[in-house]
Amino acid sequence: MAAVSRGSVRINVEECKGCGLCVDSCPPKCLALAPELNAYGVHPAHYAGEGCTGCGICFYCCPEPGAITVYRMPAPPRATEAAHATTL
Amino acid sequence: MAEYEIIHEKSPVFYERYERKNELQHQTHYCPGCGHGVAHKLIAEAIEELGLQERTIFVSPVGCSVFAYYYFNVGNIQAAHGRAPAAATGIKRACPDKIVISYQGDGDLAAIGTAEIVHAANRGEKITVFFINNAIYGMTGGQMAPTTMVGQASTTSPWGRRPANEGFPLHVSEMLATLEAPVYIERVALSDNKNIMKARKAVRKALELQRDGAGFSLVEILSPCPTIWKKDPVEARKWVAEKMIPVFPLGVFRDRKVEIPRIDVPQKTVAEALELCETPGQRLAPHHHGKPCTIKVAGFGGQGVLLMGIVLAEMGMREGLEVSWLPSYGPEMRSGSAHCHVCLAKERIGSPLVAHPEVLVAMNEQSLRKFAPTVAPGGLILYNRDSLPPDFAVSHARVMCLPASEIADKLGSAKVANVIMLGALLEETECMSPETAMTVIGQMVRKPELLKLNGEALHAGRVFVDHQVRVGAVSQPDGFAY
Amino acid sequence: MRQLCKGNVAVVKGAVLAGCRAYYGYPITPASEIAEYAALYIPEVGGTFVQAESEVASINMVYGAASTGVRVMTASSGPGLSLMQEGISYLCGSELPCVIVDVVRGGPGLGNIAPEQSDYFAMVKGGGHGNYHNLVLAPASVQEMADLTMLAFDLADRYRNPVIVLTDGFVGQMMEPIELQVSEVNPPEKPWAVKGTPETQNNLISSIYLEPDDLEKHERKLEQKYKLAQMLETRLETYMTDDAEILLVGYGIVSRVLRSAVDEARAQGLRAGLLRPITLWPFPSKALAETAARCKTVLTVEMSTGQMVEDVRLAINGKVPVELYSRIGGNVPSVEEVHARMLECAGAEV
Ligand SMILES: Cc1ncc(C[n+]2csc(CCOP(=O)(O)OP(=O)(O)O)c2C)c(N)n1
Ligand code: SF4
Ligand code: SF4
Ligand code: SF4
Repeated sequence: MAAVSRGSVRINVEECKGCGLCVDSCPPKCLALAPELNAYGVHPAHYAGEGCTGCGICFYCCPEPGAITVYRMPAPPRATEAAHATTL
Repeated sequence: MAEYEIIHEKSPVFYERYERKNELQHQTHYCPGCGHGVAHKLIAEAIEELGLQERTIFVSPVGCSVFAYYYFNVGNIQAAHGRAPAAATGIKRACPDKIVISYQGDGDLAAIGTAEIVHAANRGEKITVFFINNAIYGMTGGQMAPTTMVGQASTTSPWGRRPANEGFPLHVSEMLATLEAPVYIERVALSDNKNIMKARKAVRKALELQRDGAGFSLVEILSPCPTIWKKDPVEARKWVAEKMIPVFPLGVFRDRKVEIPRIDVPQKTVAEALELCETPGQRLAPHHHGKPCTIKVAGFGGQGVLLMGIVLAEMGMREGLEVSWLPSYGPEMRSGSAHCHVCLAKERIGSPLVAHPEVLVAMNEQSLRKFAPTVAPGGLILYNRDSLPPDFAVSHARVMCLPASEIADKLGSAKVANVIMLGALLEETECMSPETAMTVIGQMVRKPELLKLNGEALHAGRVFVDHQVRVGAVSQPDGFAY
Repeated sequence: MRQLCKGNVAVVKGAVLAGCRAYYGYPITPASEIAEYAALYIPEVGGTFVQAESEVASINMVYGAASTGVRVMTASSGPGLSLMQEGISYLCGSELPCVIVDVVRGGPGLGNIAPEQSDYFAMVKGGGHGNYHNLVLAPASVQEMADLTMLAFDLADRYRNPVIVLTDGFVGQMMEPIELQVSEVNPPEKPWAVKGTPETQNNLISSIYLEPDDLEKHERKLEQKYKLAQMLETRLETYMTDDAEILLVGYGIVSRVLRSAVDEARAQGLRAGLLRPITLWPFPSKALAETAARCKTVLTVEMSTGQMVEDVRLAINGKVPVELYSRIGGNVPSVEEVHARMLECAGAEV
């Protein structure tokens, strides 16, 4: 039985330009370019549905403002995150 | 999925749909893998997180990012190629409490706009500049940029950039960091996730500093341009790390608080500033009504020639006349000689140029020789010597020689020779009253001892004329014999 | 209160009275006093003065300031105006109001600093790229330097377009009495401006229209605006034109000489009159054509090799002979010269 992944991503297929930067950047390698073409003739990024840690790396590597949305299971805040939060 | 929370999504600082775009309104116009998009996201996120959206004005450049206004849901102004820092200056000065962003490519900022960025930085304009360095001209199709690296081929450096022909790449951050005013300059790269996270921090910090009114901040962002580099996006990003970073090292080049000395300007009302308020004595009851006259005053610069003309014009105005004063100006003054035209008239003055003056005040020989022939028939020449040069004769006008400079020396300052001449002119022509002259001079000369000297000078000029032994006196139409 | 004032200083006083609180400029003779007095007066009334690094920068600072809706100006002379042409084209394309003063000097190139009227083409006909016009006002006295600068701000706001005050070294440098009054300034609302506020967040200042149809629409809109200005804004002054046989046409300092020349001619029995355009764009073509129709000859006098005369000829359209008398290099036509030329023209007519 596969464990539920901590994170998840949603690719907006219409907005994705298939540049592959997210695929290259994802540490657990859970993204791939889809074999099928989207309406604009590119292979959009595709999340296999498993393995995402919700690290957000793909989001920052992606040049399109809305191509990727990253989700994560709520977790008890870690020390570093708490520190970061106070600077917001 | 229900228990998942969104942690990263499209920033509301971007428009939901890019309606200013003609087509494909849900995606940017940038090429796949272009660094502009990543930079946009970092900026949007920072604006959002700092809560600046409603007070941000974004200046887009000319270059691939010319259409940044398609995306950023903030106030947008599109500027000419290279001029964004100048436009941003005008904006920030008009709206000092707003957040002004100048977003520029390397051609825009480091070539055509070099002067604008250097001077905006040097003035310490409280703006934030995001400088996208992709070592190439993207929009125009791959010509050499000032940041193109040695050996890097472009359509205008087909053999690679040859320093012997086009010089070396420009290091903008290093260059600007030599200036006094900037508070923050950092170079970051969009080469990999780690560096993108550093870029994210830098972008945020630059905007924070502006929010806090700190001063000029600039973030140089090494950014991939896969299309022109002819690399796929992943390779292009690696190329930033492998080729660009060695040439353009990352790091903070300036991060300090700059104390800028303040010199405050005294604040006035409009009337005070423009000197529209009447000061006592400024309006003179015209107990004397001036007579029309055209006058030319000529001499060396430094003899107070122009000033004497201004005094005459000011006097005329106070005596209810129409007046004009027209100087010779510019290098002519530097080269030594100066003259001015003064018209005193009852009616609206046509030409303020006095081609044939009724009175010529010649403060030196050169002026005498130059202008005496132009004096109107029957006019008057006042010459600053005790006699005319031996080879010089005037038959069409009266000449009065008075050694004003010598008299002035005796009074204690060569500077008042012009006032002596003024006294003589008033006494001889009676065009305006000496009291008016003193009122006007009193307005210009504040020091009591200088005012006294000027009074003596005016008097001396008048007395000289009074005591003139008039040789060959001819009765004039006004009944006086001169 | 009457005060003796220099032309260039009167420009700044007029500007401040018109509510201008932003000046960006670069020094050049014979316009420098405008920058110098702006540097003095404008900060004293709470405004901004910045000496830019070049005229290229100053016009773009003007662009930025105008985008936020404030009244803003700059001034220069020929060489500086050449550098500003790109910016002026952008200002027109983006429909931004501002006032630009050109105190014309001699040229081309570095030329000299003496007065000429040789920037007529550059300012009136354009000089920058694209389909645009500047509104151009030509003062002939120090009072008008102030008055027309004030008017320029109103026109700029009304038409959302740069307005040029085209003058020359003589009008800029000379002193005459002026009367000025502080009065309340009410510039129109500028809902299009970008001010960094929620209300103006969706505004965009730009001159880009990628689609041919969009750009055509935009340029047609500008065209309509210019047509309206041509209908409503022509200004001119005439002197003794009712019975004139010979009509003198000149603007700025030349019109002053021509006024004296008319007096001189009339004193000698020649029925001369003067038409002085105050707006060079829109050019008072209709009034000129009507006035000229009653005359035998038109003599245009210019301190250029003949720039405005083209508009005079277009207006008169061959109905009356149009002659040109020109002095250049900093030489100003004298009353005698104009008179002699008038006699020639009149002689040719008989
Ligand atoms: C005065 C002027 N000269 C030239 C151009 C043409 N032009 C447009 S963009 C550009 C270069 C843009 O390169 P860069 O600033 O590096 O931006 P990028 O497109 O790479 O993002 C040039 C030369 C112009 N628009 N205006
Ligand atoms: S959030 Fe991290 S783990 Fe998940 S897809 Fe993106 S890069 Fe991969
Ligand atoms: S980085 Fe963005 S645009 Fe590129 S493939 Fe991934 S989702 Fe698509
Ligand atoms: S040409 Fe280069 S800089 Fe321009 S959009 Fe494409 S990738 Fe980006």
